[in-house]
Amino acid sequence: MAVEAPAESPDARSAGVTSVLDRAGSVATRPKITRVVSSETRVWARLREVWRSRELLVYLVRTEIKVKYKNSFLGLLWSMISPALTLAVYTLVFGVVLHNGMPDFVLYLFAGILLFNLFSTGIVTATGVVVNNAGLVKKVSFPREILALAAVGSAGVFFFFQACVMVIFMLFLHWAPAWPLLYLVVVGLVPTLVLACAFGILLAAVNVYMRDTFHLVTVLVGSAWFWACPIVYSYQTTVASRLAVHHLTWMYFVNPLTILVMTFQRVLYGVLTPPATYAPHPALHVLPHWPVSTYVWGDGIVLAAALVLFYVAMVVFGRLAGNFAEEL
Amino acid sequence: MSTTAVEVQGVSKRFRLYHEKYTSLKEKVIHAGRIPHEDLWALRDVSFEVPEGETIGILGRNGSGKSTLLKCVCGILQPTAGQVVVRGKLAGLLELGAGFQQELSGRENIYLNGSMLGFSKRDVDRMFDDIVEFAELGQFIDNQVKYYSSGMYVRLGFAVAVNVDPDILVIDEVLAVGDERFQRKCLDRVKQFQREGRTILFVSHAPDLVRSICDRAVVLSDGEMVGMGAPGEAIRLFRERLLEAGDALGASEAAAALGAATEEVAEEHAAEGLAYPDPQAAAGVPGAAAGSVSPLRLAPQESRPVRFTDVTCVLPAESERRYLLPGEPVTVRASFESVRPVAGAVFQLELRGDGGTGLFRTDSEILGVTCDLAPGPGTFEFQLEAVPLLDGAYDVNLGVQTARGLSDWREPACTFEVMNPGRSTGVVDVAVRAALVANGGLMVGTGGPVAS
Repeated sequence: MAVEAPAESPDARSAGVTSVLDRAGSVATRPKITRVVSSETRVWARLREVWRSRELLVYLVRTEIKVKYKNSFLGLLWSMISPALTLAVYTLVFGVVLHNGMPDFVLYLFAGILLFNLFSTGIVTATGVVVNNAGLVKKVSFPREILALAAVGSAGVFFFFQACVMVIFMLFLHWAPAWPLLYLVVVGLVPTLVLACAFGILLAAVNVYMRDTFHLVTVLVGSAWFWACPIVYSYQTTVASRLAVHHLTWMYFVNPLTILVMTFQRVLYGVLTPPATYAPHPALHVLPHWPVSTYVWGDGIVLAAALVLFYVAMVVFGRLAGNFAEEL
Repeated sequence: MSTTAVEVQGVSKRFRLYHEKYTSLKEKVIHAGRIPHEDLWALRDVSFEVPEGETIGILGRNGSGKSTLLKCVCGILQPTAGQVVVRGKLAGLLELGAGFQQELSGRENIYLNGSMLGFSKRDVDRMFDDIVEFAELGQFIDNQVKYYSSGMYVRLGFAVAVNVDPDILVIDEVLAVGDERFQRKCLDRVKQFQREGRTILFVSHAPDLVRSICDRAVVLSDGEMVGMGAPGEAIRLFRERLLEAGDALGASEAAAALGAATEEVAEEHAAEGLAYPDPQAAAGVPGAAAGSVSPLRLAPQESRPVRFTDVTCVLPAESERRYLLPGEPVTVRASFESVRPVAGAVFQLELRGDGGTGLFRTDSEILGVTCDLAPGPGTFEFQLEAVPLLDGAYDVNLGVQTARGLSDWREPACTFEVMNPGRSTGVVDVAVRAALVANGGLMVGTGGPVAS
């Protein structure tokens, strides 16, 4: 049966309406992207979809940050207050009460926490993100990986704010980072982000099927993983010799965050053997005397491992994502 | 328009229905390997193609797999087997305002929603004013969406999807939003989309809408595609399926024993051809909804004592023509078979024009004819003394209703054509005379009225 004759209603003829045609040109002739929906999952195809939706990623990050602090009086300041409080507590306990003797211990701490927070906030938020956005996942079509990436992205924004606070701290304490090694910040940051994305994507998908995942991740990352990294204590002064005795040093470095955290400390704290703050002021071996290439290689290996994990995460996510809308 | 915009290739979708949903680790371990479930095939090997620029309607009862199909096309669900190939940018409207963030303002949500549909900030920038204007939000655009009324909310959702620039628009039963005026506006926009050569895939419970908008329609029944064709044909198929479903449901529905009063109300609606179902009812329990949502509610099998055997449109006997002239009479003659005595049967007549527009409805009760039927065959006639219609093919729909419900319904029962020898156009043959009454300050007195 024929389509109803074009209605010449005044509404349809308004200026705004004709502009659709002007802009689109001929709808039939403009270039089109072909997309295939099937149960097969090709990682490259999915990655291409993610890349096409990069603008959505930016919006989701922005939304996440806006919504998080929308109705709070101090707003974004909270993202700086909470690490500042953590810093204060640890500085008080380890620097003052236990008297570890590190000069400007707060900056050593800050360097580690800065990087670790990026990782932990990223994967904890990402783990819950698909479940928390069930309404969206069930009704709107977009590459679901974006949700996990947005979680890591918003952690990245908080990282930036906290980094600003750290700069203020350094200025205040007249502390200079190791200027010539400043590029190591990027060398440490990239594997961290890839690793966080990989874990985030993997855990976000698993969490849809097993809601325990979220609780497990919160506990493990927040406590166990944090203490497994040399953030509050120094690798060189506290654990290096004890591990070496039992030939277990490798085990400590299986934790990919160890080398990344140490990279940050190497740049931002900068001094390897500062004089201790207590009486005879002996030299404290805070950081190992490694050549810079050790850090670069270490971070490179982590990056390679993170990329492999990322690929695995994409495969698993692709398998599981097809049924998200049913499972939620 | 030789290329296809959407190719649905052998798509099947299986849902696992678990009697209990185990999502925690403990439960999964406890119930490992023996979680009781049933397989439900929501779609079975559905294949069709949508050429670029066509508008395809998808018809089917509740639970027939319409929404699952749309979700597969949009990529929200992955088909268990088969694939969907989509060429071009697709905007899915499965639920209006689904991607909105309560805490953000209307403005921010437009950008967020736009990018969710796959459009860049530049695209949305260009269309921003049109979107706000279309949604009729005015100064509320900077308020948080959570303070919007539900009407504003869905208007904004629709406005974003239709004002950005998709190649393919997928609509699931969302055209019935807002007041009548806004609905018209939405429809106008949909028609404009068609003129621009965009592809539309669209689910509706309203056959009238499908008839007036779609080029073709797909009929789904229990996850299988029963047919695809011109809207008129598809709707007939759909109605037939409804009749069959009415039979199948008969036993259980009789047990459910809806009150006679509510049934009567439903039948009245059916008789009025009330084609827009209540969206609340549509969202209800799939199993029970089959009858209640369809525009036609057929009575259970055992209470359908009267069935049509043959319906014909009898043109004036003296003419050799196969068509009518405007103003000529036509008789709709229905042969029926009654299996038992029926007191107070009501025969219903419906006249539909091009595009399914309802032109005329009446029934024997309104006309003051009482029909107490004896068992056996019979004939009933509607004698239309003059058909004041102009050019076109007209469908006659016929129904018969008893106290227990709609007993039979034929759509179209028969058709007739009208050829208009005059030069006036339109649908209705209005008797009209024209006269130049005054001119140049003088009464034009003597000429007399000019016949049309």
